[in-house]
Amino acid sequence: MSVLDIKDLRVSIETEQGSKEILRGVDLTINSDEIHAIMGPNGSGKSTLAYTLAGHPRYTVDGGSITLDGEDVLEMSVDERARAGLFLAMQYPVEIPGVTVSNFLRTAKTAISGEAPRVREWIGDVRGAMEKLRMDPSFGERNVNEGFSGGEKKRHEILQMELLRPRFAVLDETDSGLDVDALRIVSEGVNRIKGETGLGVLLITHYTRILRYIQPDHVHVFVNGRIAEQGGRELADRLEEEGYDRYLKAGV
Amino acid sequence: MTATETTPAHLATEDRFVPIQTRSERPTSFDPADFGTPTGREVNWRLSDLKRLAPLLVDEETETGAEPAIEYGLAELEAAGLLVESTGHDAAPRGEVFRPEDVVSAIAWKRCQNALHIRLPEGQVQEQPVIARLHGTGADRHGNAHIVVEAMPGSVGTIVLHHSGSARYAQNLEIIVREGARLTLVSVQDWQDDAVHASAHQAVVGDGAYLKHMVVSFGGGVVRVNPSMRLAGHRAEGEMFGLSFSDSGQHIESQVFMFHEGVETRGDVLYKGALQGEGARSVWIGDVLIGQDATGTDSYEKNQNLVLTDGARADSIPNLEIKTGDIAGAGHASATGRFDDEQLFYLQSRGIEEEEARRLVVIGFLMEIVQKIGVPEIEERLAEAIEEELRRGAGLAPASKAGA
Repeated sequence: MSVLDIKDLRVSIETEQGSKEILRGVDLTINSDEIHAIMGPNGSGKSTLAYTLAGHPRYTVDGGSITLDGEDVLEMSVDERARAGLFLAMQYPVEIPGVTVSNFLRTAKTAISGEAPRVREWIGDVRGAMEKLRMDPSFGERNVNEGFSGGEKKRHEILQMELLRPRFAVLDETDSGLDVDALRIVSEGVNRIKGETGLGVLLITHYTRILRYIQPDHVHVFVNGRIAEQGGRELADRLEEEGYDRYLKAGV
Repeated sequence: MTATETTPAHLATEDRFVPIQTRSERPTSFDPADFGTPTGREVNWRLSDLKRLAPLLVDEETETGAEPAIEYGLAELEAAGLLVESTGHDAAPRGEVFRPEDVVSAIAWKRCQNALHIRLPEGQVQEQPVIARLHGTGADRHGNAHIVVEAMPGSVGTIVLHHSGSARYAQNLEIIVREGARLTLVSVQDWQDDAVHASAHQAVVGDGAYLKHMVVSFGGGVVRVNPSMRLAGHRAEGEMFGLSFSDSGQHIESQVFMFHEGVETRGDVLYKGALQGEGARSVWIGDVLIGQDATGTDSYEKNQNLVLTDGARADSIPNLEIKTGDIAGAGHASATGRFDDEQLFYLQSRGIEEEEARRLVVIGFLMEIVQKIGVPEIEERLAEAIEEELRRGAGLAPASKAGA
């Protein structure tokens, strides 16, 4: 049982017009085996939260804390966070020319577990995980994200999550750009991994569509860098009906 | 990263005096005296390390003396039956396509009496790559060579020139790919750090023929390999790939020329370079010319450089000249950058430490070219050399944001 604890998190970015505040005090506690959906309009700070958790250098933490089972996450480098059990499935995974998927996965697995995986077992694990995500075995020979379709990129993110076995995963708009079939495959993957490992999930999305496949325990509505409302699954249904207008008009 | 699609340049080629010299109109001569001594202001010398290349500008006898500057290890060629005796300057096909374009090349022509002639016989398919091993015997020794590689009609094969050791070595390489032949030619510059090497490659590709030409330079003090390829035949195809790794004090240069002359030819030029350390330098000048009769041409050229530390400099100049309106496609691109932060972030976010992430990115960057070589021994040697370079560079500070 692990706890990811975010307290009064305030984050800004540098722009040409100077520093811009994005997160204005976010409180969020996620336990193992829980799914939290973060919803909200564009520009509300959802992705900033995701990248701040992962430690992207673009974001400056002005205040607050993030702890993982009491350990100070903000003190950790990007790779240390990953080794501590945090995983970010990115909205726009970048291409790494000349680095094959299989080489990348093996290097990452070795880094996370501190030793090289046993070859035979590892090949079986990779093949099995790829099958479950309905990825062709030849995928391993392609260069990371190079020429991948939107769906392939997202499946590749989930494939990594399955193999690296994080304690907490942030899924940043994993549903964007997916057709119904791909959405179902990706969602099944998330549910399966959660079922097997007790993964805690922070599911960031603009739309309610993915919540039909991945059932959230908690829903948080982000507006203007803060959580404007929290609730259970019924809150997502309401957003489906009403959209975000109510929050925007209220000028929270 | 920038990519530019260039519009036909017919507006620039009116009958008036045009100060910028067209690549195809560069003067040629077999007589070194016609070129004079370069001053460093000439278009083909202005980014070169003339100071260190100076020994190659000396027009002196280099075939006398008991110990040659270069030992030619030709056992593999001999065993494969690819060597042809060639005596004298007039021995065909020497000079069939080659015309010296600078003084070093003219001296090499003049001072090399007997060319090394490598020939893939007509219709022969050479399954295994064949490696010629050229070893320099001393940094103070001056050598000149003319080498002819001739792929006879319908032949298929891969020829590698592997350079090691040290020397002051001027070299002409004349490549003739006759109709329907498919040749891969790889020149590897694996010299010691005090070698000075200038080489002019001139290739012609005939009807339905294909040439993959590769320049791989990671050793040597000054390495200047200038390849040109003329796609002369109908549907001739050419690929020109280059890979370089410049360390502190190394000057690696390539002036690359792809000339689409025939109808429906296809050309692809891709050169990649990594640089690290104070004074590391690379120069790439790429010219593509689509001739007046070269209708249906499909052409692309690109140069990418990755600057790993401060203090290194990459010059990259792509040129594209189109003399017909009827082409299938033409484009060029040049990009010089430092590490991509997003790539590093992605790898680190998977638990990979920063240094290892950098290693992956650099190797990946260069691997695109390595993977095209298709000669296992050379690919392995190269992978090893890249690792060695990275170990050497590990202590150096990464390029700062403004540095590239």
